[in-house]
Amino acid sequence: MSASTPRVAVVKFASCDGCQLTLLDCEDELLGIAGAVDIVHFLEAGGPVLSGPYDLAIVEGSITTAHDAARIRELREQAKVLVSIGACATAGGIQALRNAADVQEYASVVYAHPEYLRTLATSTPISSHVVVDVELRGCPVDKGQLLHVISAYLLGRPPRLDSSPVCVECKRRGTTCVLVAHGTPCLGPVTHGGCGALCPAFDRGCFGCFGPADTVNAGALVGRLRHDVSPGTVTRLFHTFATDAPGFREVHALEEVDP
Amino acid sequence: MRETQGRVLDVAALARVEGEGAMRVRIDGDTVVGVELDIYEPPRFFEALLRGRGYEEPPDITARICGICPVAYQMSSSLAIEQICGVTVDGQLAALRRLLYCGEWIESHALHIYLLHAPDFLGYDGGIAMARDHRDIVERGLRLKQVGNRLMELVGGRAVHPVNVRVGGFYRLPDLDALRAMVPDLQWACGAALDTVSWVAGFDIPDHRGEWDLVSLAGDGEYPIMGRRIVTSASPDVVPVEEFGSHAVEEHVAHSNALHASWDSRTYLVGPLARYSLNQHLLPPVAREAASAAGLGSECRNPFASIVVRAVELLAACTEALRLVREYEPPAAAAVPVVPRAGVGHGASEAPRGLLYHRYELDERGIVLDATIVPPTSQNQRAIERDLWQVAQAGVSLDDAALTARCEQAIRNYDPCISCATHDLDLRIVRA
Repeated sequence: MSASTPRVAVVKFASCDGCQLTLLDCEDELLGIAGAVDIVHFLEAGGPVLSGPYDLAIVEGSITTAHDAARIRELREQAKVLVSIGACATAGGIQALRNAADVQEYASVVYAHPEYLRTLATSTPISSHVVVDVELRGCPVDKGQLLHVISAYLLGRPPRLDSSPVCVECKRRGTTCVLVAHGTPCLGPVTHGGCGALCPAFDRGCFGCFGPADTVNAGALVGRLRHDVSPGTVTRLFHTFATDAPGFREVHALEEVDP
Repeated sequence: MRETQGRVLDVAALARVEGEGAMRVRIDGDTVVGVELDIYEPPRFFEALLRGRGYEEPPDITARICGICPVAYQMSSSLAIEQICGVTVDGQLAALRRLLYCGEWIESHALHIYLLHAPDFLGYDGGIAMARDHRDIVERGLRLKQVGNRLMELVGGRAVHPVNVRVGGFYRLPDLDALRAMVPDLQWACGAALDTVSWVAGFDIPDHRGEWDLVSLAGDGEYPIMGRRIVTSASPDVVPVEEFGSHAVEEHVAHSNALHASWDSRTYLVGPLARYSLNQHLLPPVAREAASAAGLGSECRNPFASIVVRAVELLAACTEALRLVREYEPPAAAAVPVVPRAGVGHGASEAPRGLLYHRYELDERGIVLDATIVPPTSQNQRAIERDLWQVAQAGVSLDDAALTARCEQAIRNYDPCISCATHDLDLRIVRA
C-alpha cells in the first residue's frame, strides 16, 4: 500500500456484529474495497491490528461500559473521519431499553453475581460521546448505503443519504399501504428511510429499525394506530430498536397521560 | 536454555471471532497452570428486556442477539411460542423455514471456512491477505457465502435480521420465479462445496482429541436443523427439548461475561462435531461420501478437523437447499394463525455453531413473563477452555509466537460467537 492509501479501521462496541458483517456481505465488492484502502484494524475479519491514526473509522455498537466510553474518545482522537453504522451506534440499539428501566432493581434481583459486571446504566449512541461525521441508520445498515458512504469517502465528497421516511419510499415503490388497506400497525410515516420500505413489501408494518425520521409527528401516528391495536402494542412498537432516540423516546409519556 | 518460568501468553483482543474476547494462558516451567477465555463483550440483557413484550416479538428481538445467526434465534423462539399456542408449522411452510436456515448455514459456514479459519492453516493473518495469493479460492468462498445470503434475502427479506419470519410461519410467501431461478446458483454451490471439502481435507490438520460429551438435536429422517429431541454421546437416552433445563446447567464465572454450561455435570460440546458424530447417517449421500473421502470416520472429536466437518455441512446445506427449492410448492397461506394463550414453551434449533435453546412463559394475553436463552457458545465455553489447556500443554515447547498462534487457532476451531454468548448475563434470575 502506498503512503496515500487511506488507513481504515472497523471497530465494534456493544452490538450483534451484524453491521460489520454487512461489510463482509459485500461479496462482489469486498476485495475491491480491500484493494482501494488499507484495512489496518478489523478484528472480525482478521488481518493486522494496528493502532491509529486512521483516515476512516467505521464504528458499530453502542456505549454501555466506562471502558468503552474511554475507548470511543481515544478512537475519535485517532480518526480523521468517523462514521457510525447501525441502530446501536446511532440510537443506542435495543439494549437502550435498559435506559428506562430501574437498573438498581435489575442488579439486585436479576444477577447471580452482579459484582462481576462492569456495565453502565445506559446504552447510548456514539454521538452522545464524540463528534460523528456520518451516521448510517438501520438494524442492520443497508448494504447499498454502506457501499455508498465508503465510495463517497474515497471520492472525497459528502455522502448523499436520502432522509425521506419509509412511508415515502413505500409510495415510490408502489406498495399498497398496509396501515390503510389492512389496519396493520406501521411506523413508516415516522421512520427514517434507507431500507427501501422492505417490511411493507413483505406485507408487514414497519417496526422502526432505522430509527426516527428527521421530522416526526409521533403523536398523530399514535392516535391513528390506536384505531387498530392496543396502547401496549403501540408503545412496544415505538420502543424496540430505537427506543431512546428523540422522536420515539417521547411516546411513552404520550401513552401515559392518555386514558 | 530458554527461560520459561512465569510465561504468560496474552491476546487482548481475539481476531476472526464474532464479538469481543481475550485469551490468557499461564505457564509455569513446562506446565500450563491457567487458561482463561475472557469474554469482555458487554452484556446486553436480552432476557430482561423480553419481559413485558408481546408474544409476536421474540423472533425480531432475539435475532438482534447475533447478526451472524439471526435465523437460528428466529426459529428457536418461534418454535417455543408456537408450542405454547398449540400451533404446528409443517408441510411446505416447514420446508421454507428449513430453506431459510440452510441459507444461514451456507453463509455462516462459508464465512468461517474461507475468511476466518482457513488462514490459520495456510499461514495468513486473514482472508484478505490470503486472497492476494489465492484469489480464486477466496472468490469461490465469497460466492458461496453470497448464495447463502441470496436465499435469506429471497425467503427472509434480507440477509442480516430477516424481516419475513413470524410466529406461525412467514408474512409473505417468497417469489416463486425468483426462487426457481436460484437452481443454477445452487447447482454451482453444490459443486463448489464439494471442492471446498477436498480443499480443506488437504490441510495439515494437527492431531488432537477433545474429551467432552457431544450434544445435538436428533434428526427426524434428515440432518437436524430444527427438532424436539436431543441426543448425546454419553447416553442412549433421547431427551425431549422440554427437559433441556434439567440436564444443562449454567454457572456465572468471574472472568467472563458469558455463562459456563455443563450437561449432567459433565463438560459437553455442541456444533458441527457433535451434529456430525451423532447424525452423520442422516447426511445427504453426496455429503456422506465426501466426508468419507475426506477421511472423516463415523465420529470426529478433533476440533482442528472441524473445518472439514463444516465443509461437509456446507455441502449438505447446499444439497438440501437445492432439493427444497426443486420440491417447493407454494402453500395456501404464508402462516398458520396463532392465538396467544398462557403457558410455557421450549424451542431448539441447530445454529451454525450448535444447539440454541429458548424457553418462554406467556400470560393469557400473550405477554412474555419470562425468557431463557441458551446459545451454543456459552455451552461450549467450558469445552473450549479445557481444549485450550490441552493444546497449550502439548505445544509448551513452542516459542511464544507459535504457541499463541496455535492457541488462537484452537479457539477458532469452535467458531465462537461471543456476541451470542454474552447476550444473557442476566440469565441467573434468582427466584424464590
